[in-house]
Amino acid sequence: MSTGGQNGIEAKSAPGDAATLRAPSFPVSHLGFLALSIVAVFLAATMPFDGYVLNILMQAATYAIAVFGLSVVLGLCGQINLAQAAFFGFGAYAVGIGTADYHVSFWLCLALGMVVALGAGAMLGLTTLKLGGHYLAMVTISFQQIVTLVMTNAISFTHGPDGVSHIERPSILSSQQAYLAFCVAALAFVGYLVWQLPQSRLGRAMRAVRDNELAAGVAGIDVYRTKVYAFAICALLGALGGGLFAGGFAYISPDQFSFAESIIFLTMALLGGIASPIGSVIGTGFLILIPEWLRFLKSIPGLYLALYGLAVILIVLFMPDGIWGFISSIIDRFRAKPAPQAAGDLVLQPGQRGGETVLEVNGLAKHFGGLKAVDGVDIAVRRASVHALIGPNGSGKTTILNVLSGIYGATAGTIRLDGADITRAPTHIRSIAGLGRTFQNIRLFRTMTALENVVIGAERRGNELVDGSAQALEKRALAALAFVGLKGREQELITSFSYGHQRLIEIARALAANPVLLLLDEPAAGLNSSEKLELHALLKRIAAQGLTILIIDHDMTLVSEAASHITVLNFGKRIADGESVGVLNHPDVISAYLGSDD
Amino acid sequence: MDLVLQLLFTGIGIGAVYALVALGFVLIFRATNVVNFAQGEFSMVAAFLMVVFAVDLGWPYWAAFLVSLAGMAILGVIFNLGVYYPLRHRTYLPVIISTIGASILMANLTLALYGPQPQVLQGWFETQGIQLGPVFLDSQYLLIIATTCVLVAFQYWFFEHTMLGKKLQATSQDKEMASLLGIPVVGMIMLTFVYSAILGGIAGILVAPILFVSIQMGSTIALKAFAATIIGGFGDVAGAIIGGLALGIIETFGAAYVSVPYKDGFAFLMLVLFLAFRPQGIFGERVAEKA
Repeated sequence: MSTGGQNGIEAKSAPGDAATLRAPSFPVSHLGFLALSIVAVFLAATMPFDGYVLNILMQAATYAIAVFGLSVVLGLCGQINLAQAAFFGFGAYAVGIGTADYHVSFWLCLALGMVVALGAGAMLGLTTLKLGGHYLAMVTISFQQIVTLVMTNAISFTHGPDGVSHIERPSILSSQQAYLAFCVAALAFVGYLVWQLPQSRLGRAMRAVRDNELAAGVAGIDVYRTKVYAFAICALLGALGGGLFAGGFAYISPDQFSFAESIIFLTMALLGGIASPIGSVIGTGFLILIPEWLRFLKSIPGLYLALYGLAVILIVLFMPDGIWGFISSIIDRFRAKPAPQAAGDLVLQPGQRGGETVLEVNGLAKHFGGLKAVDGVDIAVRRASVHALIGPNGSGKTTILNVLSGIYGATAGTIRLDGADITRAPTHIRSIAGLGRTFQNIRLFRTMTALENVVIGAERRGNELVDGSAQALEKRALAALAFVGLKGREQELITSFSYGHQRLIEIARALAANPVLLLLDEPAAGLNSSEKLELHALLKRIAAQGLTILIIDHDMTLVSEAASHITVLNFGKRIADGESVGVLNHPDVISAYLGSDD
Repeated sequence: MDLVLQLLFTGIGIGAVYALVALGFVLIFRATNVVNFAQGEFSMVAAFLMVVFAVDLGWPYWAAFLVSLAGMAILGVIFNLGVYYPLRHRTYLPVIISTIGASILMANLTLALYGPQPQVLQGWFETQGIQLGPVFLDSQYLLIIATTCVLVAFQYWFFEHTMLGKKLQATSQDKEMASLLGIPVVGMIMLTFVYSAILGGIAGILVAPILFVSIQMGSTIALKAFAATIIGGFGDVAGAIIGGLALGIIETFGAAYVSVPYKDGFAFLMLVLFLAFRPQGIFGERVAEKA
C-alpha cells in the first residue's frame, strides 16, 4: 500500500526524461505530465492510507520540494548550499508561530516564510557568491548554526527547544488526506517548473555558470546575478517545503532544522542525482523509506548519520550522477537523438553605432604590482578589417585581450567599443555591447552538446538577429555550427570533439552572438597544418560578411595573409603599427622577434 | 581594566586553538586547493582518543598524548586515501562534498562508539595557574599559548629551512612543475594531510580540558577556524594565526559584554562582515579566480 502511493508520487514526474541536461529538444508531452500529476493528486486524496503511511508520504512530498531547491542551486548552477534545513525551518516557523501564536492565515504565513527565506538567501548570496565556492560552503554552514542557535535560544519567540505545537492549516484542507493531496499538487507544480528550468534562458545561464564561469561571462551572462538567483530560488523552495511540512505535522522543533538535516537534504539530492527533479524525488523517497525499513539502526545514536556520511562519500566517489543520472544515461543510449531542424546560412550583421573605428584603445595599461604587463598601448581597429596583435611571448598580448574583455580591470587608459566607453564595464556588459571572444585555452561548457554551447552564444542580449524564441535560437546556433564546418555533429557532447573542432565550436559560439567585434586569442595554437588552412578559410568567410576581427597569433603566415593591419607589442609597449607588409619589415619588429646585433 | 586584561588573556588562549586548526585548513588548502571541511573533526577525534587513553585506560598524559597523535597521523593517511586522493582530478565541489561526508561520518561514528555523554578531561597541571598582578593566568591557557608559539616557530623553521619543507612549498605552488623536478607530489600531499591532522589533534587535546569533549566540538572549532582564516586572509599562514587570535579575543569580549548564548554567533558575524567589506582579509590574499 505504502509503496503504491510512493510510486504514484514518483511516477507523476516520469515524462521529465527531457530534464536530462543533454536533450533539450526531446519532444515531451506536457499533457502527460499533467495527467500523471492529476492521477497522483487523486490517489493521494482518495486512497485509504493509514496514519503512518500518510505521515511518510507527507514528509516525502514536503522534503522533495526542498530538495528541488538543491537540484537548482547545486545541480544546475554548481553552487553549494549547506543550510537548506535552515530555509526549510524559516517556512516551518513562519507557519508554526504565525498560525499557532498569532492566528494569522496559513497562506499569509506561508508566503511570509518564503519572503523571509528569499531575503535571507539573497543576502547570503550577495555577500558570498562573488567569491569562490569554499566561502559559500562555510558561510552556509555558519548560517545554519546561527539559525539553530536562534531557534533554540530566542525562547519568547520560537518556544526554544520545546518547539511549536498546535499549528493550524487552512480549513478547506483540514483533513490529513486533503492536505496531502494539496502537498502532492504543490510538488507536481514545483517539479514541473524545475523540470522546465534548464531549457529556459535563466536555466541555460545557470548551466553555463556551472560549467565555466569565465566563458559564461564572455557569452554575456551576468554570472554573479545568475548565482544569486539560483541561491534565492533554492531558499524559496526550502521555505515552501518547510511551510507545508509544518502544516502537515502540526508540531515542529529546532532539531528538525539542524545542520544534520541539511546534510540529509544534500544526501537526498546527491543520491537521486542533482541534475534533475526526478532524481530529487527518487533520492527523497529512498532516504525517507530506508530509515523506516531499518528502524533497528536507530537504537544506536549516531550510527544512522554516520551511514549518511559514508553514503555521501561513496556517492561522490562512485556514482557522481546519482541513481537517476545512472538510469537516464542508459535510457539515452537507446534513444535516438531528435534530428535538428535544417540549418540555414549564417548571417552576420554587426551593428554600427560609432564611426569607422570599431575598437579604440588609448593609453591602456595593466600593472600587476610592479610588473607592467601592458604599459600605455594604443590600438585602433577599423571597421570590417582583420587586425592582428602580435609580439613575442610575454609581450602582453593575452593580457590586453583579458583587459579588453573585462576579465582584468585596466590600470589606466580607455577602451571604446563602437563609440561606447566600456573601460569599466563588467564582462557580460561588454558582451552585450557586442564584444565576442575565444580563449587560447579553450573554454566551452563541457557537460553540454555543441548545439547547446552555441545556443548560449546566440542568446546574447543585444543580438537583434534572434527574437529569443527557442526555435530561432536553435536555428541560429545550427547555422553557426554549419558555418564553421561542423554540420551534422550538433548533438554531440563537447568531450567527443577533437581539440581543433572544439576551437571551431568556440568560434561558432562567438559568431552566433552576432558580435560587433570578434577577439580571437591564438586560434591557430595547437592546430595541425590542414586545420590551419581551414581556419584561414573560415577567417576569410567571416571577414567577407563585414565582421571586424582582432586576432592574436604566433603563426606569421596566417597573420600576414589574413590581417590587413598589424600592431606589434614588446614588453607591454607598442613598437610598431600599420599595414601588414610595412610592419613586418620594420627593423624594431625584426629585432624583437629575431634579436639584433647591437 | 582588570577584567579587560583577564578577558584578553582568555581570548588569546582560545584564539590560539582556533589558530592551530586554521593552520591545518590553510596548509591543506595550499597543497590541494581544497578546503577540508573535516578539519574540526580531527580535533574532536583526538580529544576522544585522549579521553580513551588517559581517562578510561588511565595512562599518563604524555603517553596518551603521543599515542593519540600517532592515531591522528594514521587518520590523516586514511583520510587522504579515502576522501581526497580518488577525487584529486575532479573539481573542488565533489571534494568539498566528500570532506563534508567524512566530517559527518567521523562525528557520528564517534557518537555511535562512545555515546552522547560529553566527557571531561582534567587539565595537565596540578596547579590551577598563577596570579600575575590583577590577572589570573590559568595553567591550561598558558600551555595552549606556549604550545602554539612553539608549533608556529617549528613550522616556520620547517618550511623555510629544511629540504622537505621546501618540497612541500613547491608542491603547494605548482604541482606539475614540482613533479617534473622529481618531487613525489602524491607523498607530499599525504604528508600535508598527516601534519594537518596532527595539528588539529594537538588543538583538540589542548582545548579539551577547557571545553567538554563532545562530538559537537569538531564542527564548532572548524567554523571558528574557518572564520579566522577569512579574517586573516584566506590561504595566508600568518593570517590564519592573527585571525585566530583576533577571533578568540572578539568572542571572549562578546560573551562577556554582549551575550553568552550567542557567543558562537560572533564568528559568523565577523565572517559575513569581512566577506562583505574586506573579503581579502587583513593580510589581503588573492580572492578571485585567475583567467
